[in-house]
Amino acid sequence: MTLPSTAVGAVMAILIMAVVTYVTRAGGVFVMSRVPIGPRVERFINAMAGSVLVAVITPMAMQGDWGARLALVATLVVMLTTQKALAAISAGIVTAALWRLWL
Amino acid sequence: MTSTPPGAKLDLAGTLLGIRRMAPLSLFVVVFGLAFGVAALARGLSGLEAMLMSALVFAGASQFAALELWGPDIPLLPLIATTFAINARHLLMGAAIQPWLAHLPASQRYGCVVLMSDSNWAMAAADRQKGETNVGMLVGGGIALWLTWLLGTLLGVVFGSGIEEPERFGLDVIMGCFLLAMLVGGRRDPTMLVPWGAAALAALAAMAWLPPHSHVIVGALAGGMAGLLLPSPPAKESPA
Repeated sequence: MTLPSTAVGAVMAILIMAVVTYVTRAGGVFVMSRVPIGPRVERFINAMAGSVLVAVITPMAMQGDWGARLALVATLVVMLTTQKALAAISAGIVTAALWRLWL
Repeated sequence: MTSTPPGAKLDLAGTLLGIRRMAPLSLFVVVFGLAFGVAALARGLSGLEAMLMSALVFAGASQFAALELWGPDIPLLPLIATTFAINARHLLMGAAIQPWLAHLPASQRYGCVVLMSDSNWAMAAADRQKGETNVGMLVGGGIALWLTWLLGTLLGVVFGSGIEEPERFGLDVIMGCFLLAMLVGGRRDPTMLVPWGAAALAALAAMAWLPPHSHVIVGALAGGMAGLLLPSPPAKESPA
């Protein structure tokens, strides 16, 4: 099942994303007013939230060039040391740019 | 979340105060929005589509992840699953403030969660624990974030189109760096390395042996299941 990325297809995809995202925003409020979310469900959701990012990033690192890999390393190091997302992302972009422009 | 505040109300004054309190932080959101606009153009979205996505979806990490799936064809099931999985944290966030929002009429309750995002939720939840009854921080903070996210996307779309060969300047790695920063920027919990490791291995295995784009779903589910194997967090507040 795919949508073509024509104007109509892309807008459809965006609307679908918007609905899915609203369901997550309203869903917790809706469900909690009926049944409380148990600790097992909470553990699953907590682990899944980070895991989906890992699942997106890992192939980028494996398939990317060394510029991309070093960019991710730079982001990780700066993020772990400073906790500043903006500085970490900038470090990553600059690292990739330097690698590709001079090597 | 031990004490139960007396109630909740939503008014203009509280909302304006929420906008003002979020203003300094939301300036950073302009930069993230700009990065998204540039990345979206690089992945073949039109400027209008990028703006529409920022306006209607209003969830950065899932928007960046969606760009990874964008191509001549957009795979629907992976798109839905990825968007849901990344934004599934909203379920917990909403659940956490539901006892508070329950005091509002249903239309306001389900209206103001449209604007619920990580930072305004965190500030509103802190307000609530201090006994605040006004939910203006959630709504006003959300408005500030939404406006600056949209403004940033617009700037990225306008200036990003002038950049040729964005990968030469490292701009193709924005998405990966953004998602990685979001991943390690959250609450530090070393036990999460178990589900994350499982997710990485499962994603790579799916890349090798399963249909294209299935790796995100497979990795997320593997991580979630690995999370179930972990011991319960010690000394955490038990759900009432």
